Amino acid sequence: MLAHSLFFYIFAFIAIFSAIMVTASKNTVHSVFFLILDFISVSCLFIMIGAEFLGMIMLIVYVGAVAVLFLFVVMMLNVAQQKKQWFSSTESSKHIPLGFLISVIIFFELIIVVGGWKFKPDVVSSISLSFNDTDISNTHSIGNVLYTDYIHLFQLSGMVLLVAMIGAIVLTFRKRSGLKRQSYFSQISRERSDSVKLIEVESNKGVNIDD
Amino acid sequence: MFEYLNIIFLETYKVLFLLLPVLTAVALMVWLDRRVWAFVQKRRGPNVVGPFGLFQSLADALKYLFKEIIIPASSNKIIFILAPIVTMTLALVAWAVIPFNESLVIADINVGILYLFAVSSLGVYGIIMGGWASNSKYPFLGSIRSAAQMVSYEVSIGVIIINVLLCVGSLNLTDIVLAQENLWFVIPLFPMFVIFFISALAETNRPPFDLPEAEAELVAGYQTEYSGMMYAMFWLGEYANILLMCSLGSILFLGGWLPAIEAFPFNFIPDFMWLILKILFLFILFSLVKAIVPRYRYDQLMKLGWKIFLPMSLIWVVITASYLFYFDLLPSN
Repeated sequence: MLAHSLFFYIFAFIAIFSAIMVTASKNTVHSVFFLILDFISVSCLFIMIGAEFLGMIMLIVYVGAVAVLFLFVVMMLNVAQQKKQWFSSTESSKHIPLGFLISVIIFFELIIVVGGWKFKPDVVSSISLSFNDTDISNTHSIGNVLYTDYIHLFQLSGMVLLVAMIGAIVLTFRKRSGLKRQSYFSQISRERSDSVKLIEVESNKGVNIDD
Repeated sequence: MFEYLNIIFLETYKVLFLLLPVLTAVALMVWLDRRVWAFVQKRRGPNVVGPFGLFQSLADALKYLFKEIIIPASSNKIIFILAPIVTMTLALVAWAVIPFNESLVIADINVGILYLFAVSSLGVYGIIMGGWASNSKYPFLGSIRSAAQMVSYEVSIGVIIINVLLCVGSLNLTDIVLAQENLWFVIPLFPMFVIFFISALAETNRPPFDLPEAEAELVAGYQTEYSGMMYAMFWLGEYANILLMCSLGSILFLGGWLPAIEAFPFNFIPDFMWLILKILFLFILFSLVKAIVPRYRYDQLMKLGWKIFLPMSLIWVVITASYLFYFDLLPSN
């Protein structure tokens, strides 16, 4: 148990430290790397409480894909050096009220979620019920809940993602003219007979290649 | 306290017992790769150092060890140094879950296949970090290419893994191997095996998909600014990743440590040797592909990943799932 709590505090410390560094570091690329470190330590915490499926999915989805795209954007936009930091400039202090509003909303949402565990014990018991059954791994128990009781919500969120994906494609797609495209089938199905012609050339006449 | 020390000592012993063979194998694989490549091209390949040139990689490693490490003045030094370390560590960390036989595995975790997938998807960071921190055009272009390539091909590898998982019903690697006792998955899922093999080539930046380090266009891609031992670490990490992909392929499709035929001459070979033989087989295929196939163009690579492999593997998921469902073969537990 000692080792367990030791590791918990190590990962929790790294998570909080890197979360602070995400906002505090001068270099935007460094911020993204700290964000990745944060994701990794949070997924380690997930694994420590026995939710190994969630931890691994967190690694695959957020660290393996989402954060790579963040890095892409940050590196390509070339916003690497932010001269002013935190609230030192007048420009960034304009956004303080908005940021404050968002954090208040998130704070109350957290209170609702945590309070829900406290005041509605049957939710907790229904979750811990599936944990008590030691034969079932938590991957199975997530599947059992997700594909039975919450199947409509699950499919709805899938549809939302699909709409977002199609929307992103529609927004960035533009038809450009004058583009040369390659057609594999016409390339491969070309034969010697329709591309090479042997011509008997009379001497001192030459061939007109423009034909 | 003594109990903890004991555990730490035991685990370190196990890790060393796994990593030393893996690193030796990586060195030998580099030699084998060059020999196969030379064989196809009717050359001799490295044959001077030691018997058959076996110690060539050792000599190379010694050479790299004594070369100066040059860190570019305008590079981002911490990330520049971190990049090869990340590549190497991630390539070795993944071996913890590879089962060499039913009991010979360091960490027999429930979500072994997800762990392998996660670690291999983290591998892209070593390359991005190296390319960006070099603060130079060619490495940056190489790392951007590589990141896009690895993220795209991971998608199809993930869907292929879902195919196998549908047939097994467990995320544990040992269970995946044991499920193939009667029939290796390479037979019912043969198209998936082919797509997996090609995606693994792209995932490990092997030819014909070695665009991140295409020497004709990008000097050496993300490795351009690296020298000495740091370059060697990238190189070791790359080959360790290739071996890892080969072992993943043999566990998912070729039945892991299971012998080909349960008969007299075959069951004499110990079971972990079977896994090693299968890894060798896949690795020789990797190097043959390197020797005989020209490099892809980048847009063709992306087209292959997103427009051909992804739809094909998705369709195959539907086919596998409906077949298993209608013939009532779904694994139950």
